[in-house]
Amino acid sequence: MRVALFVTCVNDTIFPGTGRATVRLLERLGCTVDFPMEQTCCGQMHFNTGYRDDARALARRLISAFDGYDAIVVPSGSCAAMVREWYPSLGVTPPAGVHELSEFLVDVLGVTDVGAYFPHTVTYHPTCHSLRALKVGSRPLDLLSQVRGLTLVPLGGAEECCGFGGTFALKNPAVSAAMCADKVRGVLDTGAEVLCAADNSCLMHIGGSLIRQRAGVRVLHLAQILASTEED
Amino acid sequence: MATFIGMPAFPEASARAVGDAQLRHNLRKATHTIRARRAAVVAEQPDWAGLRAAGAAIKDRTLRHLDVYLERLESAVTAAGGHVHWAEDAAEADRIVVDLVRATGETEVVKVKSMATQEIDLNAALAAAGIRAYETDLAELIVQLGDDLPSHILVPAIHRNRAEIREIFSGRMASWGRPAPEGLTDDPRALAEAARLHLRERFLRAKVGISGANFAVAETGTLVVLESEGNGRMCVTLPETLISVVGIEKIVPTWRDLEVFLQLLPRSSTGERMNPYTSMWTGATEGQEFHLVLVDNGRTSVLADRVGRQALRCIRCSACLNVCPVYERAGGHAYGSVYPGPIGAILTPQLRGLTGPLEESLPYASTLCGACYDVCPVAINIPEVLLDLRAKVVAGDHRAERLAMGAARRVLDHPKWLALAQRSVGRLRRWTPRHLPGPLSAWSDTREVPVPPRESFRDWWARRAGEEGGR
Repeated sequence: MRVALFVTCVNDTIFPGTGRATVRLLERLGCTVDFPMEQTCCGQMHFNTGYRDDARALARRLISAFDGYDAIVVPSGSCAAMVREWYPSLGVTPPAGVHELSEFLVDVLGVTDVGAYFPHTVTYHPTCHSLRALKVGSRPLDLLSQVRGLTLVPLGGAEECCGFGGTFALKNPAVSAAMCADKVRGVLDTGAEVLCAADNSCLMHIGGSLIRQRAGVRVLHLAQILASTEED
Repeated sequence: MATFIGMPAFPEASARAVGDAQLRHNLRKATHTIRARRAAVVAEQPDWAGLRAAGAAIKDRTLRHLDVYLERLESAVTAAGGHVHWAEDAAEADRIVVDLVRATGETEVVKVKSMATQEIDLNAALAAAGIRAYETDLAELIVQLGDDLPSHILVPAIHRNRAEIREIFSGRMASWGRPAPEGLTDDPRALAEAARLHLRERFLRAKVGISGANFAVAETGTLVVLESEGNGRMCVTLPETLISVVGIEKIVPTWRDLEVFLQLLPRSSTGERMNPYTSMWTGATEGQEFHLVLVDNGRTSVLADRVGRQALRCIRCSACLNVCPVYERAGGHAYGSVYPGPIGAILTPQLRGLTGPLEESLPYASTLCGACYDVCPVAINIPEVLLDLRAKVVAGDHRAERLAMGAARRVLDHPKWLALAQRSVGRLRRWTPRHLPGPLSAWSDTREVPVPPRESFRDWWARRAGEEGGR
């Protein structure tokens, strides 16, 4: 199956490991992955901050970059939600076949066991846009629970926002940090070595706080765990 | 008298609240308790989604024909012996109520808990006219005695714990009437008993009662108040004159419509299947006088807004406050209005207009996590309205941010420029600062700055394609 990867600007620029892991995983599952080089950003930061004309320009770029693809895979819940749920309010018709990674694996490829091996204790944070905008439900957990060697521990208060919120983190730093402190406490209470999520922007925020506190817990995108095998 | 006028913008006010450990503890405990109760009673409803859709549809239909239903309400109330007054703004509503009380010759009124009278700051207007307004809702009493401001729609004193309430009662009750009993403890039963004794005197003395209403049924002119304590019922039955101040969006066309909201509201607000007291009255009974003051105060301009008008569906249940992670940390006062939390963040800037730093900051007082939309019993898409308001905010004068956003867009709109920017930060990665300058310091104050990679994804992809092509 031929799929186009919309890696997202955050992954492209700061977390290319997530993009490489997504490619590796999809190729292992028999997909042919394309990366249209004209892609950049979905426009979410501009849209969420109120700059709709800028967001519309970026949305149109995305539409033309991905023209002609039946399946577009996005390793980010919030960028997938931006395209699918919010483009219409910009007057832009979203392309058909936009899937967040876990949706694509479970619904389109029909797999939950992706043949991964990851011998660590992991807790999962369901990011708000995956959970409430896309409604990915238990798909990420179904995928993680099939990973060999992985011990999945539930996160207390999992459905509560971590406090990132894009420019919210800069505009309301005190509340953002307070929310993050509670999320970090929840993560530490699980005793997990790894915090996993399907959005690197939220992980950059929680992870940035975990590092600052020398908490000894690392963060990994879902794609990176699912791409891992015994050869790693 | 405490007032919301002149409150700082949300980021400053909330930063202060975040530092208050006692407040954080009180709010966390209270919101999580109500949140869990609501979730349980909503889950036991076989068709909550259907009820919610019906609630939204009824409100939308009513708002579309608001002029018709308002006139229907007016004639029904008048036919039942009541008097209807129309107020375009807060000042006019205050003037009407003050004149009505003056006409009775009384200098004291008892009040049912009401958002509309808080919104128009009625107590201050009455005080200026030499009329003392006695709040009778337990939480409003705590707020009034403490010369405080409400911080929650349903539980105005949610920011206070019982030790603080004991202190307020012991110190302040005497200057408002019957003093608190000697040796009052912070046992909830003792506190409630002290309030009961204090309030009983107010009820028996009062000749004028002032209320709001949760609903106004147009077909019969019936007003409806839902409450837990029974104090509201005392106020609407005992006094000779009753004045009800009601926002024009509180109308429902018929009793059939009301049925839907009587199921939605208690479950969403207190987490109860049914609230203990529902008082309904139609016009005036013999020997009593009834006045209905219908208040616009910005509502018709909200109604004119295609996206924002859904905020007028609100039935003031406060479910959105109780699930909001921002409200839980910031507290209600930071929202600078009697409407705190997510609903306040979309209602206040619309009712007042984007008139100052506070109003402009409110649409940004959210991470857009969507928890509020999920629990709203009338399906107000709060994130959608927040986003729409943000677009209106940036249309104003925000030059520095506009420049930064424009620059970011230009880079992101050119894949080659983006690649160039990625390579530049990649080359400088060893010098990634731990502390960022200017507004970006808000990030690095509490979080590590991510170190950019040596190679962006697109460069990796191009290199890989080149290597494969060369093989």
